[in-house]
Amino acid sequence: MRTSFGERMLDLVVSGFLWGIRVAIVLAIIIGTIVTLSKGVYTSEQWIGFIVFGIAQGAIYALIALGYTMVYGILRMINFAHGDIFMTGAFGAYFVATWLNTIGFVDKNPALGLIIPILFAMILAAAIAMLVERIAYRPLRNAPRLVPLISAIGASFFLEYAFRGFFGPGKYAYPPLKALDGGWTIMNVEIQKVQVLVVAAAAIMMAILYFVVMYTKVGKAMRAVSENQDTAALMGIDVNRIIVSTFALGAAMAGAAGVLFSLVYRQIDFFMGFTPGIKAFTAAVLGGIGNIPGAMVGGLVLGVFESIGPSLFLEGLGIPRPYQLKDVIAYTMLVMILLFRPSGILGERLSKKKA
Amino acid sequence: MNKRLFALLSLLVIASMALTACGGATTAAPAATEPAAATEVAPATEAAGAAYECTDALGCVKIAADEPLHMAFWGVLSGADSSLGEDSKRGVEIAIDDKGGKLLGHNILLTTEDALCTPEGGATAASKLATDTSIVALVGSTCSDETVGGIAAITQAGLTTISPSNTRPALTDPNRGPDYAGYLRTAHSDAFQGKAVAEFAYNFLGVRKAATIHDGSAYAQALQQVFADNFKELGGEIVAQEAVAKDATDMKPVLTTIAAKQPEFIYYPVFVAVGGYITAQVRDVPGLEDVKLAGSDGIFSPDFLKASGPNVEGVYLSSPDFSAFTGDYAGFLKKHEAKYGGSTLSTFHAHAYDAANIIFAAIEKVAVVEADGTIYIPRQALRDAIYATKDFPGITGNLSCSPSGDCGAPVIAVYQVMSADPASWNPSDPTNPNPKKVWP
Repeated sequence: MRTSFGERMLDLVVSGFLWGIRVAIVLAIIIGTIVTLSKGVYTSEQWIGFIVFGIAQGAIYALIALGYTMVYGILRMINFAHGDIFMTGAFGAYFVATWLNTIGFVDKNPALGLIIPILFAMILAAAIAMLVERIAYRPLRNAPRLVPLISAIGASFFLEYAFRGFFGPGKYAYPPLKALDGGWTIMNVEIQKVQVLVVAAAAIMMAILYFVVMYTKVGKAMRAVSENQDTAALMGIDVNRIIVSTFALGAAMAGAAGVLFSLVYRQIDFFMGFTPGIKAFTAAVLGGIGNIPGAMVGGLVLGVFESIGPSLFLEGLGIPRPYQLKDVIAYTMLVMILLFRPSGILGERLSKKKA
Repeated sequence: MNKRLFALLSLLVIASMALTACGGATTAAPAATEPAAATEVAPATEAAGAAYECTDALGCVKIAADEPLHMAFWGVLSGADSSLGEDSKRGVEIAIDDKGGKLLGHNILLTTEDALCTPEGGATAASKLATDTSIVALVGSTCSDETVGGIAAITQAGLTTISPSNTRPALTDPNRGPDYAGYLRTAHSDAFQGKAVAEFAYNFLGVRKAATIHDGSAYAQALQQVFADNFKELGGEIVAQEAVAKDATDMKPVLTTIAAKQPEFIYYPVFVAVGGYITAQVRDVPGLEDVKLAGSDGIFSPDFLKASGPNVEGVYLSSPDFSAFTGDYAGFLKKHEAKYGGSTLSTFHAHAYDAANIIFAAIEKVAVVEADGTIYIPRQALRDAIYATKDFPGITGNLSCSPSGDCGAPVIAVYQVMSADPASWNPSDPTNPNPKKVWP
C-alpha cells in the first residue's frame, strides 16, 4: 500500500461526499415525512389506500423482475428484451380474451375466462423468449459480456417494432371481467377485487417458481449452472437445456404479469413494456440481482415507495406537483441502495465471484 | 477532405441553388425574417415572350408547365397520438380532391413528414422540408410542441405554414417574435378553450371547487392554467393543480391526493394514454365516486373511449363546435366516408381542409402564369396574401386572419360522452350523437 497523502485526502473527500449525499437524502425523507404527517392532510384510510395501490403495482414489478434476476443469476447477463416479452404476453392474452368474450365463454365461466388468457400469455411469452434466446443470445454465449447486452437491446427494438408492424401504433383495450368489478370494504378501506387478484396471482406464481427452483430436479440443475457452468456440465447437466428453461420460466412470469397489468390498466400497445421493464430491472437490482426472493422484495418495496413517496415526503418538502417526480423516487432509491448496500436488500448470499 | 475539393463542392452547391431558386434570374438568397413589402403582386397572364423577373423579397417558386405544384403536410403520423395527424392529413387530401387534384393547371403534389408530436421531431421534419425549394406552402403542424421546435426553419426558408390543430396560446401572441412570421393557424387558441371550459363548469355545472391534472406537455400545461385562471376569476376555487409523468400508468395515488382536497370537478386536458388511465381509475378512489370529469380536444377521439372503458360515460369534452360550422360540413363528411370509410379520427379535419383552401386561394391570387403554362409563385407575396385572408368561406366559419396569425373562428362547445362503445363515436350524428353537445 503506497498511497500518498494526496490520494488519501482524495479518498477522504470522496467518501465524505458520498456520506453527505446519504445523510442529505435521509434527512430530506425524514423532514418531509414529519411535515406531511403533522399537517394531517390524509386520513389513515387514505394511507392504507396508498399502500394497497403500491402493493398491487409492486406485485407486477416483482413478477417481471424475476425474469431479469433468473437470467442474470445463470448467465450474468441483463436481458433487456424482457420488458417486451411482458408486452407480447399482454397482446397474446388480449386476443384470446377478446375472442372468448365474443363467443360468450367468459360470461359462463368467469374463472376459466381469466385463467385461459393467462396460461396462453405464459406459453406465448415463453415461446418468444426461447426464440430470442436461440437467435440473439446463444450464438454470443462466449462473446465478451457487452456483446449480448447490445444484442438484447436490439432484440427489444425488434420485438417492439415487429408488434407495431403487425398490430399498428394504436391502443387496444383489454376486455374487463365483470366478475372483477367492485371491491370489498375491510376496516373502512375499500380494496378493489382486481387488486386482490393481482396480489394473489402474483403470490401463487412466485410460490410455484420458488418451489420449482428449490425442490425440483430442473431447479437444482439451474442452481448448479448458476454456481458454475463448466462443473455443472461435468456433472452431466445439459447446460443449454437449463438455460433455455430459465428463459422460459422467467418469460412465463412476465407473460402472466402482462395479463395482470392489462386487467388493472386496460391499455395495451406495442411500447407498453418499456417503462415497466426498466422499473422491474430497478426492482431486481434493489432486491439483489441474481436472488429470487430479492426480486420479490425489491418489486414490492419499489411499488410501495412509488405510490406513497410523493405524498409522504415530497409533499412535506413543499415540492409542487410531486407526482411528476415518481420516477425520481424510484431511481433515487436505487442510488441509495447501491450506496448503502451495493449487493441489494437480500444480496448477501451472492458470493464475490458471481457479482 | 482537402480544401480545393471543398471549395469546388460549395461552388457547385451554390450554383445549383441559384439555378433552381428562380430560373437563374436575379434573385438574392432568401433573407428571411424582415417582412419586406411585396413588390410584385401582378396576377394574370404576362405578355408572351417577356420572361418573368422575380423581384420578391423571399424569392419565387418556379413551376414549369409539366411540373406539379408541391405542397407539404407536417405533423404527428406515428405513435400514440397519430390519429390527430392522420385526421388532419385527410382534411388536406379532401381539399386537394375538391380542386380535382389540380391548381392553375398543375397537378398538386402533397409530401408528408412525420413530426412525432415532440419539439425535436418538429425541428427535424421542418428542416427537411425547408431544404426542398420546390415546396410552395405547408399545412401543419399538429402538436404545439412540433411548431415550437420547427417553425424557425420554415420561416427562414421563406415558407408559410398554416396549422390546423395547434392550440397553444403563445403561438399567435402579438409578441411571438420574427421566427413566427411564417406561421398561422385555423385552430382556436386555448385562451378561448380554457375560458369556455371554466365558464361551462362554473355556470352550467355549478361547481365551485375544481382540480386540474396535466402531463407536462406544452399543450396541457398551458390549457389547465388558462382554465384555472378563468375559473378563479369567476369566483371558483382551484383546490389542486397536479401533474403526472407522460408514461405514468398508476393514477390512484395522485387521485387520492386530489380526493383529500374534495373537488367537485376534475379537468385533465391531456392526451389519450394518460386521459384513459385517469378515467379508468378515478371511480375506484374513495371520495371521487361522483366527481365530474372533463377533458379537452386532445382526447376528443374514439381512441379515448377505447382506453378508458365503461367509466368514460358522462365525461365532458371540450372541442370546436361542429354545429357552429357554417360551411358544408355534412358534404365534407360524405366525401370523407366515401374516401376513407368510417367516421373521422379526431377533431381537426375541417380545420385542415380550410387551411389548405386558404393556401390555394392565396396561390391563385399571387401566382404569375406565363403563356407556356410555367408559373411563378413569389413567396413573400404569398405569405402576405394568406395574412390578408378576410371573410374566407370555410367549413369552420368565415375566416379572417389576424396580423399575429389567428385565422380560426373560435367557437368552443362542450360535449358529453353518451356511450363507452368506440364504434358509436360520431359527434355530428343528427339523431344519436356520441359524444353529445351539451353546452352552450
